[in-house]
Amino acid sequence: MRTLKFLLQKEFRQIFRDPAILRIIFMMPVMQLIILPWAADYEIKNIKLAVTDKDHSGYSKKLVSKITSSGYFQLTSYESSYNASLEKVEDDEADLILEIPASFEKQLVKEDEATLFIAGNAINGVKGNLGSAYLRSIIQDFNREVRLEWIQLPKFSPQTQIEVRSSNWFNPLMNYKYFMVPGILVLLLTMVGANLTAINIVKEKEIGTIEQINVTPVKKVHFIIAKLVPFWILGLIVLTLGLLISRLFYGILPAGGFLTIYVFAAVYLLAVLGLGLLISTYAATQQQAMLISFFLMMIFVLLGGLYTSIDSMPVWAQWITRFNPVSYFIDVMRMVVLKGSGLADIKQQFGTMALFAVVLNSWAVLNYRKRS
Amino acid sequence: MYSVEVQHISKSYTVKKQTTPALKDISFSVKKGELFGIIGPDGAGKTSLFRILTTLLLADEGTATVEGMNVVNEYKAIRKQVGYMPGRFSLYQDLTVKENLDFFATIFNTTVDENYDLIKDIYVQIEPFADRKAGKLSGGMKQKLALSCALIHRPTVLFLDEPTTGVDAVSRKEFWEMLKRLKEQGITILVSTPYMDEAEMCDRVALIQNGSILSIDTPQQIVASFAETMLAVRSTNMLQLLNKVRESSFVENAYPSGIYHHVILKQHATAEQLEQELQAATFAGLEIKKGQPTIEDCFMQLMRI
Repeated sequence: MRTLKFLLQKEFRQIFRDPAILRIIFMMPVMQLIILPWAADYEIKNIKLAVTDKDHSGYSKKLVSKITSSGYFQLTSYESSYNASLEKVEDDEADLILEIPASFEKQLVKEDEATLFIAGNAINGVKGNLGSAYLRSIIQDFNREVRLEWIQLPKFSPQTQIEVRSSNWFNPLMNYKYFMVPGILVLLLTMVGANLTAINIVKEKEIGTIEQINVTPVKKVHFIIAKLVPFWILGLIVLTLGLLISRLFYGILPAGGFLTIYVFAAVYLLAVLGLGLLISTYAATQQQAMLISFFLMMIFVLLGGLYTSIDSMPVWAQWITRFNPVSYFIDVMRMVVLKGSGLADIKQQFGTMALFAVVLNSWAVLNYRKRS
Repeated sequence: MYSVEVQHISKSYTVKKQTTPALKDISFSVKKGELFGIIGPDGAGKTSLFRILTTLLLADEGTATVEGMNVVNEYKAIRKQVGYMPGRFSLYQDLTVKENLDFFATIFNTTVDENYDLIKDIYVQIEPFADRKAGKLSGGMKQKLALSCALIHRPTVLFLDEPTTGVDAVSRKEFWEMLKRLKEQGITILVSTPYMDEAEMCDRVALIQNGSILSIDTPQQIVASFAETMLAVRSTNMLQLLNKVRESSFVENAYPSGIYHHVILKQHATAEQLEQELQAATFAGLEIKKGQPTIEDCFMQLMRI
């Protein structure tokens, strides 16, 4: 125990002696958490719309002005031929084309029916898809208005109609920040934990100090624990800062209480730090360690369920996410922050994470050899 | 009683299916309290040998014991008793002199005060810089600190891997004097060095080359066993002289050494024969005398066999 105490003392001294690292650990997550959620937005705005108006009638003008006043669209060109609009798409000046045929108003008035044509630029699939969906719903709205203008609808609809009303549970206003901010916080915590520990032991290898440690009677377990504890504490401090920022900047107060988050984070950090240690026992240089953790980070982020839903991934990818600690923590964070889940609700994730922590750390201890 | 015994140790490294032998069937013993030098050029296998003896590396074949303990099975006990100073400075550069010393004392479950008498002579020289970071020390200071850290747990055997490489001449001399004082305390010391002139400071030396031991003896005996006739020659034109000497049919080997060229004669050749030949070539300021062989000459000669 005495040895462990002095090993810890040494680790803390070294961390505090490098103020640049300390500043990076605390400043970067804070800055990112303040800035990124404003940019990482699911909503598609500023869709560039090219209108081909062959009709130039009162209704066509009304439709266009209704679309542009919705706030989602920017009218970038107003042409009278489809080809001219298509050129705009080719020049990347338009994402969507709305074609209003020549006899739009006439047909609408005479035959109670008219057709419109929407073409989307699918290079940015999400934008094209969502854009035409928005556009369609605006046109439907326009359609209803026109109908109301012409005929007084009876009190009870003559046709059978199913109307869908939805209500958003746990996040009534569908505020994306409520689920983005906790997710980003998880990623930041993971980066701080995994990268720092990965580099730390490798640094001792590079400088050669590990050679001097290896000839001493220091136990492997003590050595590894001394490497874990300081970063575990730093991780919890970063988490605290992150939760503080969520409260101050985004007004997010976990519905499920802080205790649940901290208990889970404590185990989660052990797992992530264990992963960092494991990387460092395999890597020979700091570059190697950095590269490995960068590539792992990429998998963690993309298969973590932060940006894309895990349920809609192919089955093999869903299997990978089961070995991704990040996906569990993002899941838990959302459950606790939005749904108000307590410790009992997350016990399955908790158990899995504890297993991760045990396996990764024992693997790291076993793989760390005091002699070659 | 032997402090270190090495029997038929072999070690080779395999990189990309190409096997390079680092140590080939090495055997030697070091007596208790002896100052034993392992002398050889870079790449001779000195560091591999030290790493095997300090339990950091496993040998492919052979056995070795340190203080009667096997380096493979009883490594834990050995680590408590030996002091090791790697060739590369391996202390924490971001910790101060004092913090490093305290750290290594505590991980050996002891304190600086307890063994201060052992390191006092060495440590007083760096004590004025106790609060300076180890990375900011000069080369000689770093060596003193590393030696202090290696000694802080009062080891019975000390392994010093090239402690004087990259250290100035004055510090080197000081360092060897420190080692002599440590020897008086009864500590067995194994030192490796690429510098032949340091051999004379050791009780016994092993000359090592390409993973094999060429000779083990006291420095005096090694020099005395030099069987060939060696001459020292010089003139105003050293390069031409060397070329001329090398062409001579009486000469086995010739190489520059200080201000002279050392010339080893063939078995039945005499100094007079060479002298006549050189005088015939009329070298300005020619001087020929009997050479006094050093360890380096012995090493050069042993390498040729």
